[in-house]
Amino acid sequence: MRYNALRIFKEALTGHKGWTPAWRDAEPQKNYDFIVVGGGGHGLATAYYLAKVYKKSRIALLERRWIGGGNVGRNTTIVRSNYMMHGNQPFYELSLKLWENLEQDLNFNAMMSQRGIINLFHNDAQRDAAIRRGNSILLHGSDAVILDKAGVKELYPFLNTESARFPIMGGLLQPRAGTARHDAVAWGYARGADQHGVDIIQNCEVTGFKIENGEVKGVETTRGDIMAPKIGVAVAGRSSEVMAKAGLRLPIESHVLQAFVTEGLKPILPGVITYGAGHFYISQSDKGGLVFGGNLDYYNSYAWRGNLPTVEEVVEEGISIFPNIARARVLRSWGGIMDMSMDGSPFIDQTPIKGLYFNGGWCYGGFKATPASGYCFAHLMATDTPHKVATALRLDRYKTGHMIDELGAGAQPNLH
Amino acid sequence: MLIPHPLLGPRDAGEFTYLGDATLLDRPDWQSETAPQEFYDYVYTRENPPGVHRELWYHEYGDRNWIVVTRNVSTHEILGAELAQDVAKNKGTA
Ligand SMILES: Cc1cc2nc3c(=O)[nH]c(=O)nc-3n(C[C@H](O)[C@H](O)[C@H](O)COP(=O)(O)OP(=O)(O)OC[C@H]3O[C@@H](n4cnc5c(N)ncnc54)[C@H](O)[C@@H]3O)c2cc1C
Repeated sequence: MRYNALRIFKEALTGHKGWTPAWRDAEPQKNYDFIVVGGGGHGLATAYYLAKVYKKSRIALLERRWIGGGNVGRNTTIVRSNYMMHGNQPFYELSLKLWENLEQDLNFNAMMSQRGIINLFHNDAQRDAAIRRGNSILLHGSDAVILDKAGVKELYPFLNTESARFPIMGGLLQPRAGTARHDAVAWGYARGADQHGVDIIQNCEVTGFKIENGEVKGVETTRGDIMAPKIGVAVAGRSSEVMAKAGLRLPIESHVLQAFVTEGLKPILPGVITYGAGHFYISQSDKGGLVFGGNLDYYNSYAWRGNLPTVEEVVEEGISIFPNIARARVLRSWGGIMDMSMDGSPFIDQTPIKGLYFNGGWCYGGFKATPASGYCFAHLMATDTPHKVATALRLDRYKTGHMIDELGAGAQPNLH
Repeated sequence: MLIPHPLLGPRDAGEFTYLGDATLLDRPDWQSETAPQEFYDYVYTRENPPGVHRELWYHEYGDRNWIVVTRNVSTHEILGAELAQDVAKNKGTA
């Protein structure tokens, strides 16, 4: 069923009785050509592009719980392509281009909103780094604008540029960046994949791999064995655990990241702001809640909740830049599990086991990557060659000395 | 989280900074034949289990000891804490 204005009008007049489920609840078959493990944004996008762009069929997507219940439904929804390193920027720019056309492509309202992101800077060194990053973004064919103090004031008159502990000197603005509705991204890709024949199988946990002579043959699941010669794993925070079942040890640690949302307020924040003196990012959802977050909790965690010291730190940072939100009530806070890689950049690669592909290490930046990640992973699984914007996202890059250390923090996953 | 410091008793986790997997105490032998692979694993790859994990915490805002904490990373329950120097001594690596 295609969604359009006429349809909504018709349904409104007939008591909304004509809507059908957005995707089938498929039963697992014994054999497929492709299996994608993990029903988050990345897995669903992979299945969608495999079917739609690479014209593959007999595809199953296996999700341990329900699709969209993982990080894709827990993040702060910031979408941007203001990276600097050569291995990263073309990839994230492809992603932003796909975001810009996502709703038309999926016939699904993902509430993609290019409201702009501004990264504030507070001293000369930060300004120089922002200019350098801005130039690098422009050289990669994307958009970036350096704003001075007056420019920031014009956009956000309430920001304190004078008497604060860290007065604001200016900011790096990416006007095409913004936010999207997280759940809708998962649902839209699921619906699109289903329409192209993908079996979406929920409550189906992968518990092991069938491997013979270094080749993958299938997976063991809580709903029986399912066979396929090509299997792609995109399980976000549980990468180490799942890939260990295939005997692989990864350059990844799992850490918890928290996020927060306040009660609904009148519109006060048109775009996304990140605070350069600390680590704090904030935007306002279309319902009016302020959505914000900060750093990881810093230590390994598979618990979907964080600890109080980080809550305090994030809130302190928030109030130091926006004293006016001090009286807004925080309605909810939650955590998600990030697979933090050693240089803060992701992996889309083949593994040493033939037919087994890995997509992970997205740290806390994987939501914006969803479309390109799915596209490039589908390309890799379909053609056995990396997509041209993902050639640097290799699993062995630390061994060969080709890290993509965007932050320059070295092999310290919790610092990225 | 409260970390049961072996000398000082329960201390707030906020007094500590975190380094990661306690296997970092087992530095490979640089003269071994397989040193490149061993150092690659030592620096970059991790077991990263979802259950019980032994890890290094530094009591930076306290007595500045390194502590090996045994913790269930799925529940945040702490099962024990030892001075890292004792752990290293028992292994004969101190
Ligand atoms: C609080 C928070 C804020 C964030 N903010 C941003 C942001 O502003 N911008 C941004 O770009 N990124 C952000 N991120 C990061 C982003 O959400 C993730 O990097 C990205 O969503 C991960 O990819 P995914 O959507 O496929 O993961 P998930 O949605 O987690 O999908 C993985 C799926 O795999 C399933 N799975 C696991 N094990 C198995 C198994 N054995 N068998 C079958 N299925 C399995 C899980 O149930 C899950 O549904 C944030 C994350 C968090 C937690």
